[in-house]
Amino acid sequence: MTQTVKFYQTGTLTVGNRLLDSDKRTVQASRNRSNALTCGHRACQGCGEALGARYAIDAAMRAANRDLVCVNATGCLEVFTTPYPETSWQVAWLHSLFGNAAAVASGVAAAMRVKGKATRVIAQGGDGGTTDIGFGCLSGMFERNDDVLYICYDNEAYMNTGVQRSSATPPAARTATTPAVGAAPGNVFGTGKNLPRIAMAHGIPYVATATVADLHDLEAKVTRAMGLHGARYIHILVPCPLGWGAASHDTIRLSRLAVESGLFPLFEAEHGEVTATTPIRRRVPVAEYLKPQKRFAHLFRPDAPGAQEALDRLQAMADANIRRFNLLSAEEAVR
Amino acid sequence: MTEHPFAITLDAGTSLANRTGSWRTSKPVYADHLPPCNARCPAGENIQGWLYHAESGDYRAAWEVLMRDNPLPAIMGRACYHTCEDACNRGRLDQAVGIHAVERFLGDLAIREGWRVEPGPPTGKRVLVIGAGPSGLSAAYHLARMGHTVTIADAGPKPGGMMRFGIPRYRLPREVLDAEVERILAMGVELRLNTAIDDIPRAMAEGGYDACFAAIGAHLARRVDIPAVAAGRILDAVSVLRGMETGAEPPKLGRRVVVYGGGNTAIDVARTARRLGAEEALIVYRRTREMMPAHDFEVEEALEEGVLVRWLSTIRRMDEGSLVVERMELDDTGWPRPTGEVETIEGDTLILALGQDVDTTVIERVPGVEVNKDRTIRVGPDLQTGHPGLFCGGDMVPSERTVTVAVGHGKKAARHIDAYLRGAPQESAPKHAVAGYDRLNTWYYTDAPRTVQPVLDALRRQTTFDEVKGGLDETTALFEARRCLSCGNCFECDNCFGVCPDNAVVKLGPGNRFRIDYDFCKGCGLCAAECPCGAIDMVEEEI
Repeated sequence: MTQTVKFYQTGTLTVGNRLLDSDKRTVQASRNRSNALTCGHRACQGCGEALGARYAIDAAMRAANRDLVCVNATGCLEVFTTPYPETSWQVAWLHSLFGNAAAVASGVAAAMRVKGKATRVIAQGGDGGTTDIGFGCLSGMFERNDDVLYICYDNEAYMNTGVQRSSATPPAARTATTPAVGAAPGNVFGTGKNLPRIAMAHGIPYVATATVADLHDLEAKVTRAMGLHGARYIHILVPCPLGWGAASHDTIRLSRLAVESGLFPLFEAEHGEVTATTPIRRRVPVAEYLKPQKRFAHLFRPDAPGAQEALDRLQAMADANIRRFNLLSAEEAVR
Repeated sequence: MTEHPFAITLDAGTSLANRTGSWRTSKPVYADHLPPCNARCPAGENIQGWLYHAESGDYRAAWEVLMRDNPLPAIMGRACYHTCEDACNRGRLDQAVGIHAVERFLGDLAIREGWRVEPGPPTGKRVLVIGAGPSGLSAAYHLARMGHTVTIADAGPKPGGMMRFGIPRYRLPREVLDAEVERILAMGVELRLNTAIDDIPRAMAEGGYDACFAAIGAHLARRVDIPAVAAGRILDAVSVLRGMETGAEPPKLGRRVVVYGGGNTAIDVARTARRLGAEEALIVYRRTREMMPAHDFEVEEALEEGVLVRWLSTIRRMDEGSLVVERMELDDTGWPRPTGEVETIEGDTLILALGQDVDTTVIERVPGVEVNKDRTIRVGPDLQTGHPGLFCGGDMVPSERTVTVAVGHGKKAARHIDAYLRGAPQESAPKHAVAGYDRLNTWYYTDAPRTVQPVLDALRRQTTFDEVKGGLDETTALFEARRCLSCGNCFECDNCFGVCPDNAVVKLGPGNRFRIDYDFCKGCGLCAAECPCGAIDMVEEEI
């Protein structure tokens, strides 16, 4: 009666595990992590973007042996980390304009090549700077296959300027510019603008999605991306307690529910083809994800116009993702 | 001020100057909560504490933590009814951790490796322990660890008390019992067998004892009057089980054995009868299976071995080779009442297993000692009787009568006797609040079903006294230990350190856990929400 000894009983899903070799633990479990984004930044309590940025850049720093330059688009991340004259960044960091982070990063990469340096380059921004304002520069960076990893921290609206809608805002969500009034309250059900799939359509070497709820998955994807050259894109869902109207301690739980409901599929793609997906462990209806967020509160008021229809359409979106990425293929994601 | 480039008026600095801790309205605080298993252990074991060491394969350290509370782990891993496992939070996730199985593994390993415990530095105080059962042995062990000189006097021919004369060897092999008793004696505890104490104050005075712990158990079988033509065929369960250990050959029980009673002893004696070759072992019980005091798994094991049970029946009369039973029915309050319907069943021997009482003849004579109505001894919360310096525990005092409770009494009595000898009050640390299931963030635990202990095949269970349940091996024990969720106590998973968006959790290194840097903690509560085991409390700040 022998059984394979597994380490998961008290948590391989946790950040660290005292029973695992230290090289198998996450970067975040190490006291020697870079803390690329350090204390004293002015992000709100429970900020998903501050967390996602530290997770991603610390993993990239380890992968690049700390020889790394980050180019930042305008947005929350830039504003809360660098109020003049302070900086929270413990990495070479550069900010130019809202829309040109991808282009500036392409230039930094070109300069490093000319100087004969192996320094790696990351461009990062929020969903506004990525899916709206910086979209042209980003597409150009992809199409030229510049040696840049672009990371989008998606909090689904322009949070810094007061929660205005972006092209990444989900349907039915209330924002300052899509109020919960009228027959179809909140954001419209548009055609959608799924940037990871747009990036895949460029046929670039690597595209992945991640959330702050699954650190092992996020770090593995950043490390994989850093192991490749050419244009790479990672899209990280980062809940915003302020803009989403959620409790500050629910940031990670909400990311988890976004994945478990199917609304935010986790996958990797190389050269335009999906190579891996992360199966759902405990599937939940979309309502479980939406309910803790005040931006969707109008969907749960009795007799709200169009609420049930909106919920049904959101559930249909989740179901479509589950079908498209085959997210229920494994009975249980035990790793 | 230094020279600055055009349009720059301030030096660049780090955001560390910005103490964001001032934003906070509530703060995370590391806390230790009482794991439900620990809370429910009658022996007061720090179960989670020893599982923690077993998880890393450090079995010696695990055993040492275990031995702080319980000197008989190999016995308890077999004979304990493990209420801890009923309380285990993992039971709501998949299945409870097999605590008893790991305990038994550690106990067996210690016997195999010959691990020992050293007595404490001598205090010069002498304590007399009466009764070498679980309670007396436990008290002797703890007193010896505290440095007291201990003598155990037992009226029986062998040590162990009810562990030897009540628990059949197919549940507790005698090598295991002997080894664990021997380890206590090796600490310098003196054991006097076949020594009945008939005057406790005199024995204490003559032996120069400063205190006495009496734990003589409950050995008097309760009887009922059943008219019988051949009275010799009515036995009591205590004598039968005792006869298995002391007689030159096992008691002769006949072909058809009827056991009257519904407790664990009834089950034990019926299973023993099966093994002694009885073709039929029938338990007759007045009430229903649900109301049986015997533990369900033992009933189940007995049924597997072919023991028969007749519910809702009483025995009216015993004739030669047969008995008359009356069917009972439950009244509206759930109490059984006779129906008048009688039936004759076959049976050569009737064994009464109707409970046991304490023989109070000796202790009753001690000045100050009071006896309760149910023949138990009245003791204070410190287990002391009305006679100063005389403490009682185990089956003699009002409580549940199990090995585990007895071992717990032994420890408790030892602490109070130690306090009594030092002339200082015994102080226990305040108990933490129990860590309930609601405190856990179960997402971080993946499914890991319980390891099943091997079970002896049916034929050997009906014909031999070999141990029924097998133990775990090192691999399976490690697996089982690692199923522990560490409810309410930090196990250093680094989640808080990882999930803080403000880097405000400081990792202090292996064994030292973490510290919150309140200069920067904004009080978002993510660390508390994502702590798998609920070891962080959010506390309102005073503003």
